[in-house]
Amino acid sequence: MTDVLVVAEVSEGQPRKATLSAISFAKAVAEGTGGAFDILSIGDGAESAAGALTGFGARKVLHTEIGGGYVSETFAPTVAAAAGGYGVVTACASSFGKDLLPRVASKLDAGVASDISSVAVEGGDILYTRPMYAGNVFGTLKITTPVQVVTVRQSEFEPAAESGGASPVEAFGAVDGGDAAGRIEVVNLEVVKSERPGLTEADVVVSGGRSLKSAENFENVLEPLVDALNAAMGASRAAVDAGYVPNDLQVGQTGKVVAPKLYIAVGISGAIQHLAGMKGSKTIVAINKDREAPIAQVADYFLVADLFDAVPAMTEEVKKLK
Amino acid sequence: MKILVPVKRVSDPENANKVKVSGDGSQVTADGLEYTMNPFDEWSLEAALRLTENGSNKERVGEIVLVSIGPADASQIIRKGLAMGAERGIHIEAEDENLDSHVVAQVIAAIAKEENVDVVFLGKQSADGDSNVAGTKVAEMLGWPLVNYAMSIATDAEGKTFTVKRELDFGQQTVKVTGPVVFTSSDRILQPESVKNGVTPADFAYPESDGARHTPIRNIMQAKKKPIDQKSFADLGVEPKRVNEYVKFELPPARSGETTFVESVAELVEKLHTDAKVI
Ligand SMILES: Cc1cc2nc3c(=O)[nH]c(=O)nc-3n(C[C@H](O)[C@H](O)[C@H](O)COP(=O)(O)OP(=O)(O)OC[C@H]3O[C@@H](n4cnc5c(N)ncnc54)[C@H](O)[C@@H]3O)c2cc1C
Ligand SMILES: Nc1ncnc2c1ncn2[C@@H]1O[C@H](COP(=O)(O)O)[C@@H](O)[C@H]1O
Repeated sequence: MTDVLVVAEVSEGQPRKATLSAISFAKAVAEGTGGAFDILSIGDGAESAAGALTGFGARKVLHTEIGGGYVSETFAPTVAAAAGGYGVVTACASSFGKDLLPRVASKLDAGVASDISSVAVEGGDILYTRPMYAGNVFGTLKITTPVQVVTVRQSEFEPAAESGGASPVEAFGAVDGGDAAGRIEVVNLEVVKSERPGLTEADVVVSGGRSLKSAENFENVLEPLVDALNAAMGASRAAVDAGYVPNDLQVGQTGKVVAPKLYIAVGISGAIQHLAGMKGSKTIVAINKDREAPIAQVADYFLVADLFDAVPAMTEEVKKLK
Repeated sequence: MKILVPVKRVSDPENANKVKVSGDGSQVTADGLEYTMNPFDEWSLEAALRLTENGSNKERVGEIVLVSIGPADASQIIRKGLAMGAERGIHIEAEDENLDSHVVAQVIAAIAKEENVDVVFLGKQSADGDSNVAGTKVAEMLGWPLVNYAMSIATDAEGKTFTVKRELDFGQQTVKVTGPVVFTSSDRILQPESVKNGVTPADFAYPESDGARHTPIRNIMQAKKKPIDQKSFADLGVEPKRVNEYVKFELPPARSGETTFVESVAELVEKLHTDAKVI
């Protein structure tokens, strides 16, 4: 019997959608082992976010208000204190989960399975499977410490659906961050706002590469196609490095991992590190003038064309379908 | 400023799709692949070099100690870092199979204390294991603040406080942190003006590149004279006990189906609409 604690990621008084993937994982472990799961909502607006998390079947929802912006130094001591009695502590493998949970694990002397793609309960063991080598090997591991810390890949765990019921909500007292917390302070947070679907949540993703050549071309050439498909926009590292689009759009080993129904790579060569972030997509389309580009290894459809002709034409064709 | 930079020996990540799994699934084999410095560590080393030099004349104004935990030839990875400009290296000999982020973090934390460094600058992840754990564990073991995914760093004149911008999933966060501190880097740390150390002229910009500095032969020769200390787990008081136990490795299923090359936009849209039914 393993009880699981889910650490919810809170933004503006609401849980981020990433939290729902961690809840799916927690449900699977709780069901597989005959345990229960609880949720800890933490941060600025934690109480109101807790209210939005009572319908998922948790035994209880805890909340701890912590101001001053997110840093692991102020959050980790509270999460570690709340983790007493749980066999597994989990969050989504977003930048929040990947930044926070290893610190919690270190406090609890726990092993970490990071960015897992699936979980199985076999005998008394919880087996975690995770992509390694930029997605070219899958490793399955056990953690041998009494508490196990796990971050889950959002694209591999369906967001949990509300199952009804009303989990009781309780306040949990914040624990002081100590010396490390006293030496770090958030100066500023620039949040990228977009009306479009989120990259990790969209059914369709259209990504552009270095070949788009400028921020203006992203806007004038790529964006109309993105919007015609009601898609999220993504990019290669080269496009982000060149400053054409902000870093939160990067897809790949060091960017976001996406697995939409349709992924369209526009003028992207398909470097191994880019493939690591999108090869789980259901249907992959490449638009590239070089038919030898490595993206062909994973593309279902490959349009050999100059993107500056093909993308506007495709935008028109797509609009005709609507 | 004294910086500890951990550098891992990994099988060539550009050929990660060529790694294999042994018949019984117990091991990953990288036969035929070269070993290189983990690229994420190379970026962090480049950033550490920029923090400890006058960029305009490359005069060293601080010290970098490298540490690698790995088999005998991990020392070659340390040599490469020494050729890039680091002053010293420490090698802890160990088989990769006996390591995990927990053991590695314990070793790095122990050395950080012993060497009394101001900064530990790790890569955000190992390109083989892709764990992204050790850096954060090191920070907690030391009780230090941590800035993961740093994209730019500016120090004050004394090198005691740092203004760091870091990449998060939903934007960029700027923090002010007082050392000693642990950093990991994002891709953007290599941009021409990402690192400002108060010594390098403020208007100096490093050349555009998407990797760390190259090492001329002369530096490679000089690096042979730089010291590499051999240490054991026992020397550091670390019991190398793994907490992660891999029970199986597998290759991912191959993508089903061939690539269909299409000639026109109309054909593409038609196929996506009627065959794949995705638009
Ligand atoms: C450790 C590490 C981590 C990395 N992580 C990531 C990551 O997370 N994400 C990522 O994307 N990259 C990552 N990279 C970088 C990666 O190796 C590639 O350099 C990068 O993905 C290349 O981007 P690109 O495809 O836009 O550019 P290029 O490789 O330059 O490709 C441009 C493509 O556009 C095509 N093209 C040019 N003009 C046109 C035109 N007019 N019409 C149609 N096609 C055209 C070309 O044929 C070519 O295929 C990483 C690298 C390292 C070393
Ligand atoms: N064997 C090792 N030797 C030296 N540094 C390492 C080793 N393993 C991991 N590291 C450091 O820890 C970082 C994160 O590793 P990981 O948690 O394995 O993804 C790497 O980028 C390195 O800086």
